[in-house]
Amino acid sequence: MRVPVSWLREVVEIPAEATPEDIQAALVRVGLEEEAVHRSEIEGPIVVGRVVSFVDEPQSNGKTIRWCQVDVGEGEPRGIVCGAQNFFEGDLVVVTLPGAVLPGPFPISARKTYGHVSDGMIASVRELGIGDDHDGILRLSTLGIDAEPGTDALPLLGLGDSAFEINVTPDRGYALSMRGVGREYSNSTGARFDDPAERAALRELIDAPIAQEFPVRVDDRAPIRGNTGCSVFVTRVVRGIDPTRPTPSWMVARLALAGVRSLSLPIDITNYVMFELGQPIHGYDLAKLTGGITVRRAQPGERLTTLDGADRALHPEDMLITDDSGPIGLAGVMGGATTEMTGSTTDVLIEAANFDPVSIARTARRHKLPSEASKRFERGVDPEVADAAAARVAQLLVELAGGTLDVLGSRFSEAKPAHSTLLRAGFVNDLTGADYTDAETRAALEAIGATVREVDGGLEVTAPSWRPDLDDEPTLAEEVARIVGYDRIPSTLPVAPPGRGLTRQQRLRRAAAQMLAANGLAEVQVYPFLSKAAHERFSGDAPAVRLANPLDGEAPLLRRSLLPGLLDTAHRNRSRGLIDLALFEVGTVFLPEQGVRYGSEALPSGTSYPGDATIAALESSIPPQARHIAAVFTGDRVLRHPAQPAVAASLVDALDAARQVAAAVGATLRVEQGNHLALHPGRTAELYLGDTVVGLAGELLPAIADELDLPRVVPVMELDLDALIAGTAPEVTVTPFSSYPAATQDLSLVVDRSVPAGDVLAAVVEGAGDLLEHADLVDDYRGAGMADDQKSLTFALRFRAPDRTLTAAEATEAKLAGVAVAAERFGATLRE
Amino acid sequence: MAFAPSSSAQVDSTAVSDATPITESAVADAVAAATIAISDAADSTALKAARAAHVAEGSPLARLNGALRDVPADQRPALGKLVGQARGRVNQLFLAREAELSAAEETARLAAEAVDVTALGGRWSAGARHPLNLLMDEMSDIFVGMGWEVAEGPELENEWFNFDALNFDEDHPARAMQDTFFVEPADSHLVLRTHTSPVQIRSLLDRPLPVYVVAPGRTFRTDELDATHTPVFHQIEGIAIDKGLTMAHLRGTLEHLARAMFGDEAKIRLRPNYFPFTEPSAEMDVWQPNAKGGPRWIEWGGCGMVNRNVLRACGIDPEEYQGFAFGMGIERTLLFRNEGDMRDMIEGDVRFSKQYGMVV
Repeated sequence: MRVPVSWLREVVEIPAEATPEDIQAALVRVGLEEEAVHRSEIEGPIVVGRVVSFVDEPQSNGKTIRWCQVDVGEGEPRGIVCGAQNFFEGDLVVVTLPGAVLPGPFPISARKTYGHVSDGMIASVRELGIGDDHDGILRLSTLGIDAEPGTDALPLLGLGDSAFEINVTPDRGYALSMRGVGREYSNSTGARFDDPAERAALRELIDAPIAQEFPVRVDDRAPIRGNTGCSVFVTRVVRGIDPTRPTPSWMVARLALAGVRSLSLPIDITNYVMFELGQPIHGYDLAKLTGGITVRRAQPGERLTTLDGADRALHPEDMLITDDSGPIGLAGVMGGATTEMTGSTTDVLIEAANFDPVSIARTARRHKLPSEASKRFERGVDPEVADAAAARVAQLLVELAGGTLDVLGSRFSEAKPAHSTLLRAGFVNDLTGADYTDAETRAALEAIGATVREVDGGLEVTAPSWRPDLDDEPTLAEEVARIVGYDRIPSTLPVAPPGRGLTRQQRLRRAAAQMLAANGLAEVQVYPFLSKAAHERFSGDAPAVRLANPLDGEAPLLRRSLLPGLLDTAHRNRSRGLIDLALFEVGTVFLPEQGVRYGSEALPSGTSYPGDATIAALESSIPPQARHIAAVFTGDRVLRHPAQPAVAASLVDALDAARQVAAAVGATLRVEQGNHLALHPGRTAELYLGDTVVGLAGELLPAIADELDLPRVVPVMELDLDALIAGTAPEVTVTPFSSYPAATQDLSLVVDRSVPAGDVLAAVVEGAGDLLEHADLVDDYRGAGMADDQKSLTFALRFRAPDRTLTAAEATEAKLAGVAVAAERFGATLRE
Repeated sequence: MAFAPSSSAQVDSTAVSDATPITESAVADAVAAATIAISDAADSTALKAARAAHVAEGSPLARLNGALRDVPADQRPALGKLVGQARGRVNQLFLAREAELSAAEETARLAAEAVDVTALGGRWSAGARHPLNLLMDEMSDIFVGMGWEVAEGPELENEWFNFDALNFDEDHPARAMQDTFFVEPADSHLVLRTHTSPVQIRSLLDRPLPVYVVAPGRTFRTDELDATHTPVFHQIEGIAIDKGLTMAHLRGTLEHLARAMFGDEAKIRLRPNYFPFTEPSAEMDVWQPNAKGGPRWIEWGGCGMVNRNVLRACGIDPEEYQGFAFGMGIERTLLFRNEGDMRDMIEGDVRFSKQYGMVV
């Protein structure tokens, strides 16, 4: 909400020296948060001048300039060069003197031009920023202004004003007006507030009799949530306005500062009154109306061409203004084209109505027509200000447009009485913890316009008509705290019952991330949005959650895997010259299942407990989601230095990352040869926890790496961190270990190349029995001395007995038992 | 090294039989020769040779020692002592020289092994946590220290948890102002959570009262990414529901958090505001005594007393229990410590995380 300062000063007493920032500071204290300040871009000296004489001087470039003598109240006239021709000797004009600044900013100085020194400038409407008029010089007589030469022109034109912006929260629709902001300034500072809806001159007009009833019928046969769509409908008629009259510049300036462009005098007046009193107004060209007005819901198939020229199909929930010709307006949202006020309108029907917030919100949303009017109706308009607003429009049409108030009009009101609440004694302090006195409480409620009556057990508080939000005790408590002051609330640290610390999942998730970071990986955060191509590249035809309104239409899907995003991040880093990367992310993936319909049809109310079954249904309505951890490597894992060759990142790093994560959470992973559509067919490992695959490690398929503009070798890893932690026993199993000497032996076995080393190792371990304490694969030899289809695997074995020093013979016996199993399973033979 | 036989080694030469080669002079000669050879040995190879020539089997001293066998028994103690002491002296000389040489050689080797320590790059590279995650951990830990627990919930939510249960009426403008990501089909009522507040609802539904929890996590709104906005961001929210909690407890809790994070002088200012899920509601500013550019009030987040409709939706009687809730942006909080650009936090440039390392 933009508030022109001069306008606010008309409704509340603000110290002359107060800056827009001072006013904002006062409003912040009562909950209207400050935003920008818009200062006038115009600076004086800008004065009224009288054109004493001029000479037209044709120039060599074909233009004719006027060399003018202009009286600016200094005794001697000034010489000013002017390019326009639309003025006469004796005209009053606006002169910008050297030192002035016009919007742009264009500083004005005395300068030599066309053979003269121009000692200032005669300004046009456009140059002054008060209109788009191209007709040239502003002649003050056209605005009805008569003033002595030398008079400061800025106040005459309503220029030099500032506006400040405040953020009006959606519970306080009344504050979208000078009336509401002025009242809050008064609440904050105690300044005298002069309600613009209660001014004496206006009161006379409000009370002026409506001698002839304009036929209005409100006929809502389909109220939403039991609330009628239209509770107030006031009409007044002003006849005989002069449609050629311009809008006074002070009004143009104020509307511009409030953020609205001047259109025509009658339309400007309706907007002006909306900003002043908060009541949206619609003006009809009375001559274009056919018969009386009926306010009703739309019928199936009805259409309306609105003011913006759009032909709209109407919805049965839309509230309409209709006459005998059919729909003429979308109530509270936008008027229709057939009855709009134009340059030939002389008789105006003013509508000041009150529409149901929910109905307006839905219509504005449905037709994508958010407007200043709908914004106010959605937030609630004071149902009791309609009369004053209609009268105020009539007053301005009479004063500024030369019209006459007619006896024709109407008043319909079925507004509900304002809400009354019993505010129990002690309630405010029990909720706020403050020590507001009874007198302060009462005074605060009265200051906001409530009617307060002492009753048994507390206060009966009737909210003012403009505060439909004040409907229970906590809202009243907030008003008291807001007006008396939040700074009166003390500070007390509550004592929570003893907590159990982080959960095991939370602790281990942190440990997993710390572990990867400690191993040199950098944690990044990636958006979960994926394109269809990126999704299919990694997840094939698995279903994905699709956003209805993605920011990037190319990336509407939610990820099932962290890898596409991480690879994208790797690419961004590489494009910035950061080549050797080890990245990881811990994040949520979204795992809808094929054929399952997620979501809820209708939602239960949020104002009461919907019951266990409904809660359970809501909880199970969302697709499965899991926290994954993933890592991506590119370039070198060990960097080249003097005496240190580089070590390129490889599949080992991907496997290590997975194993480190597992170690961090106390899990042991089993690695098996695997495959994945995005990974190298020969370099993919499936990671098992027990019998469950919990992740993958592998090298990116080179074709995909190429497509993503990444190097050929990109090791990657992804684990379901939730499953990994959940599937691991919370207790660590420890067995006693022996301190007797160990016996170490190497073992080389020849097997077919197709036999996985891990399986051979497992066979040896199984066969060697309990005496084998540890076994490592240390070499895989292929080549000279071996058959082409064979390989020699060398294992380093460490044997130890729990109760004695092991002899070499015992160790050998155990080793050979292992060999026997490997031989039986894989035809392994001892290498000679 | 000078050789000086000790007085105890004095032997009467007249007592030495002509038949034995063991004479004082022969012993002295052998010792002198050994002494010269040992002290002249310049390295361990030369020393080894000197040992072979003057100490080992076949050396003059060894031969003299051997000759003791032929000495009459009555002279054997005196001559034995003479030869034994000489051999002992030579052995000591040898050991001393051996130690000397080995020390010199080790010194030379160490000198040869010297490296330019400024030329050694790393084999392990430094990793990093993302500072937003570190900050969420830090803030969570402060609450855990007060006995609160950390709650979590899904990022893709049912609208009921994200809006309805939080007193956002379906038609209230506040709901439209949330810039929500909706999921297809649009009537499925599934959204990416716009705040971590649905976790508050789930906590109230799932946990026994009283409840004191914080919920850190990712949230989503349809803001285009720029220097100050990102469609994916993080919040930490807290809720406490108990008997007799007031806004004073809210302020006390926030002040404790502020002091833990920004120093003992930090304090909290509340300003009236509006949120559907709290009443009264407040905007909170934090007084940052150590802010860059001088101490000042900085807007931090929103808070208030939990709206009675929220309690009702969760099956809690608002006449019996009441409490407070608050929330703040993690990105914003991170910017308090280091001014920066929102894009740095999300683009994943490793230089961003690595500047923080493991410390936020």
